[in-house]
Amino acid sequence: MPSTVALTVARYRPEKETEPTFQTYEVPLRKDWVVLDALNHIKDTLDGSLSFRWSCRMGVCGSCGMKVNGKPKLTCAAFLSDHLPGPIRVEPLDYFPIMRDLVVDLTDFMQKLKKVKPWIIRKEERPPAEGEYLQTPDQLDAYKQFSMCINCMLCYSACPIYGLEPGFIGPAAIALAQRYNMDSRDEGAAERLRILSEHDGIWQCTFVGECTKVCPKHVDPAGAIQQYKLTGATQWLKSLLLPRGAR
Amino acid sequence: MSAGPRYTLYHPGWYRRRVSVWWWLQNRSYAGFVLRELTSVFVAFFAGVYLWQLRALAQGPEAYAQFLARLKTPLFLALDAVAFVFVLFHTITWFNLTPKAMVVRLRGKRVPDHVVVGLNYVAWLVVSGVLAFILLRVRS
Amino acid sequence: MRRITPLLWLLFSAGGTVAAFLFPIHLLLLGLAVPMGWLDALSYESARALAKHPLARLYLLVFISLPLFHWAHRFRYTLYDGLQLKHLTTLIAVLCYGTALAGTVMAAYTLWKLG
Repeated sequence: MPSTVALTVARYRPEKETEPTFQTYEVPLRKDWVVLDALNHIKDTLDGSLSFRWSCRMGVCGSCGMKVNGKPKLTCAAFLSDHLPGPIRVEPLDYFPIMRDLVVDLTDFMQKLKKVKPWIIRKEERPPAEGEYLQTPDQLDAYKQFSMCINCMLCYSACPIYGLEPGFIGPAAIALAQRYNMDSRDEGAAERLRILSEHDGIWQCTFVGECTKVCPKHVDPAGAIQQYKLTGATQWLKSLLLPRGAR
Repeated sequence: MSAGPRYTLYHPGWYRRRVSVWWWLQNRSYAGFVLRELTSVFVAFFAGVYLWQLRALAQGPEAYAQFLARLKTPLFLALDAVAFVFVLFHTITWFNLTPKAMVVRLRGKRVPDHVVVGLNYVAWLVVSGVLAFILLRVRS
Repeated sequence: MRRITPLLWLLFSAGGTVAAFLFPIHLLLLGLAVPMGWLDALSYESARALAKHPLARLYLLVFISLPLFHWAHRFRYTLYDGLQLKHLTTLIAVLCYGTALAGTVMAAYTLWKLG
């Protein structure tokens, strides 16, 4: 293994540029280094002006999502040695506006997440005196996979529909809505159905499946969306055939 | 966050990238996806062929003979051969995606995806066999 | 009934299933085996007799109609997303579903005429 590798990093400084550019740095190639280590090396020793987000550096916070050689990845999980030979291209996540260098604005996702009401909705809360809600392992299993989402946005960056239709509510939001729909403690499925059945909801999805491929936590948002399409369609049929019927 | 400054989405300094009309050629997954979607064209084509056959049957023996003659021309043979490949691709991708949309739970546990896919293939072979049997037996 | 998207998706799914299960064998027999001479086509009399059977008529209607709706839904989104023809969205939808509907009506009418 050579001792260094080139990193070609996207730069964007709105105060002096109108378009993003690229800058290449030579970083040490250590077999245990990930792209995040290389970026931190650049910031610490080569170019302190480089801006990027990171936090836990162990794949649980979802902050360090970027495109590495064109693929959305968590940079704390992308080993330099897996991306040889250089130069390794590091760019901000697709389909989000670039604020600066590798930092993108995620407000769109935050608003969409709130829209799907990602919390337990109950008609009546149980008073604490009655104790906890009980759940069997099988009931937990029904939604557990979708609860693994760390909001890293790799799925949005992989979804061409989100790129083409910025109004699309997106994979993670739908997966998280499903996480609550499938939770036995939740009673909010009807409320979420209203929101998700809108024009920019689940029906925009054409099951490209890229979101599931890039998800670092194996949430399978594509599966969540398809399951929800079936639920949505069956509910629609029910409302058609039984207008006053059971919910 | 309720009484802060109003947040604007249209910040002039942020750079918004445009999605190229060739987005679907940018990686193999996307290209494969578009190929999968285009299988629907060949599905429609074959439905059309059957509709054509039906109309020929309704019109009389000459029309039916003409239909069969057209079907045997090199053009239609080529179209049908290409259609066959795409229709098979549709079947394979459809079965692979079925367990994602329909989660089957037996006694609380989810049936593994490959079992659902396998069952689809078995059903497909059985149905195809039955149809072939019926169509080959009707000869008089 | 404000939203018909669920209906269109159900038709798409049904059509996709019909096409996935039934089209390969029919295409193999009619589109490849017959033209290549491996099999003789059904004679006019036996084909007509088979098609007249009420079950066969139902089968043929489903066989032609649902896959057309499958195509309509899928192709509409392919044009919309793939070629970014957003400004033509209504025209595309009308052309696609309209064609499927026309094919369905033609099939239904022809099947009725066979009787």
